[in-house]
Amino acid sequence: MSGVMAIFRKELADHFTSKRFIILSLLIYLAGIATIYVAAQNIRSGITETTQFIFLRLFIVSGETLPFSFPLFLSLFIPIVGIALGFDAINSERTSGNLSRLLSQPLYRDSVINGKFLAGLFTLAILVVSIVAVVAGMGLRMIGVPPSAEEVLRLFAFIFASIIYGAFWMSLAVLFSVFFRRTATSVLASIALWIFLFLFLSMIARVIAGAAVPIDQNSSLELLLRNDEVYRTINRISPNTVYGEAVQVLLMPELGNPSTTLMLVSIATAGMIPSPLPLGQSLLIVWPQLTSLIALTALCFAISYIKFMREEIRST
Amino acid sequence: MSQQSVIETKDLAKAYGNFVAVDQLNLRVGEGEVFGFLGPNGAGKTTTLLMLLGLTEPTSGVARVCGYDPTREPLNVKRIVGYLPEKVGFYEDLSARYNLDYTAALNGLPREDAARRINEILDTVGLADVAEQKVGEFSHGMKQRLGVADVMIKAPKVAFFDEPTAGIDPEGIDQVLTLITTMSKKKVTVILSSHQLHQVQKVCTRVGILAKGRLVAEGSVDRLGRDALGGGKFRIELQISQRTGKLISSIKSIRGVTNVESTDDLLLVSCDEDLRPQVARTVVDSGSLLVQMKIEEYGLEEIYMKYFRES
Repeated sequence: MSGVMAIFRKELADHFTSKRFIILSLLIYLAGIATIYVAAQNIRSGITETTQFIFLRLFIVSGETLPFSFPLFLSLFIPIVGIALGFDAINSERTSGNLSRLLSQPLYRDSVINGKFLAGLFTLAILVVSIVAVVAGMGLRMIGVPPSAEEVLRLFAFIFASIIYGAFWMSLAVLFSVFFRRTATSVLASIALWIFLFLFLSMIARVIAGAAVPIDQNSSLELLLRNDEVYRTINRISPNTVYGEAVQVLLMPELGNPSTTLMLVSIATAGMIPSPLPLGQSLLIVWPQLTSLIALTALCFAISYIKFMREEIRST
Repeated sequence: MSQQSVIETKDLAKAYGNFVAVDQLNLRVGEGEVFGFLGPNGAGKTTTLLMLLGLTEPTSGVARVCGYDPTREPLNVKRIVGYLPEKVGFYEDLSARYNLDYTAALNGLPREDAARRINEILDTVGLADVAEQKVGEFSHGMKQRLGVADVMIKAPKVAFFDEPTAGIDPEGIDQVLTLITTMSKKKVTVILSSHQLHQVQKVCTRVGILAKGRLVAEGSVDRLGRDALGGGKFRIELQISQRTGKLISSIKSIRGVTNVESTDDLLLVSCDEDLRPQVARTVVDSGSLLVQMKIEEYGLEEIYMKYFRES
């Protein structure tokens, strides 16, 4: 156990002093502050007398100058942070000649990978919590509307989902760092996968959905929905989509369940009577999303764990 | 298994698919010995060390380190064994002291003890002045000494050094070897793997020669020399002009001479001790002219070459 703690402490210190982490954090802070600033400027536009969850709107409104909301920014950057925390976890130890020295110390081999994973997770958690705290504080000063208890709880759930989302990307990067000998390969593989899931998957999903359920302007609503169903099912391969759905349910309770209303959002938002879901219902809806993210993370970690435990350790 | 031997292997073998890296190795190293593990690259030295450490599982056979089975009780073994891998690496962005501190933490040393011991050891290896410097700025020799320090931190009973002198300058080699000798004086059993023979010869009490995974010879350097060459330990090379017919037989009759070989104008005399005066007198007495005389001591090099040619 002392071995895990020693590795955990060292890795944590490494993360917080590494240039790559500092640069990424600065970038994220900057982006987060910018989005909240723009949101606070534009927040008045959509608010009516019946609007609830004004504080949460800070996190979903975007403006013309910066057409990204805060969660969208996070869904972009968190994978990069996760990858940065994990891509050289094992292979850099190997190439630098530290691994055989490390493993000749009296600790179980899994302590190495456990300690590293925990340190990464902890770093990620600190980053996410602090960024949300910073932007929430700033938003509070700017709009002067305090969050309700439910809004605070929803923000906590949002933080939790974001950490798990980051943990998935980190464990994926750790997986690549176990399989690829070179750090350049593992970082490129992780980023390639990220780009694929982020940019191309939805295009591919659109094409497949179009082929499976052809639609045009005159198609019935039923056909449109079926097409959309196929599209979303394929899209859910990507953790980005899963995270996006979870965020939507947590931060935009007015919209209800994404699997029934997503398609109708554009049609209905204009005249919709806001009837927000209670927190318990929202959590029930995002539960599958959260568990699938956790499962994916655990799967990547388990594969890297097994591979690492069975590996032959040689200095050369 | 006997109490005296710290390391003992019985028919230890490791195969990677069809390739046999280590073949039926039987080894015994007693307490406080400095055992030299010799062999060319790929002879199975590192594999053997890794099996003794429990980092690699043997295909068959048993190993015991201080009575522990490295495969079953790797933690007990790693607690008492220090290992300096062949291409040792440190965290280059961190200072020498931090690196040692980390090793101490991984060994569960209390912080104050660790700090004190690290200072002592940095002094011993001569890195006290650069303790706060980043390891990335160290020369290869300094890194190697830091590696020895890293082994010393856990105060091991047994230390494995895998090619500790590879690629460093003569002064660095000397420093590393001196440190290893210091350790063995403190009752630490040392296994030193190398293919640089002269150094092994200097510090080892006993050597084992490994070729293609087999231990082809084992014993003190002296004994191996005699066994391997059948002849003496020294070789005197004579350059002679006006050689007379009886010369060779009269040299052969000197006590201690085991063999005489003759080439064009050279005579190669093998003998047990340095017989230069006697040989010189014999040459002069026989009426031949002695132009030049050289003596060579058989070292590991000859022994080593001999065994590798055979295997």
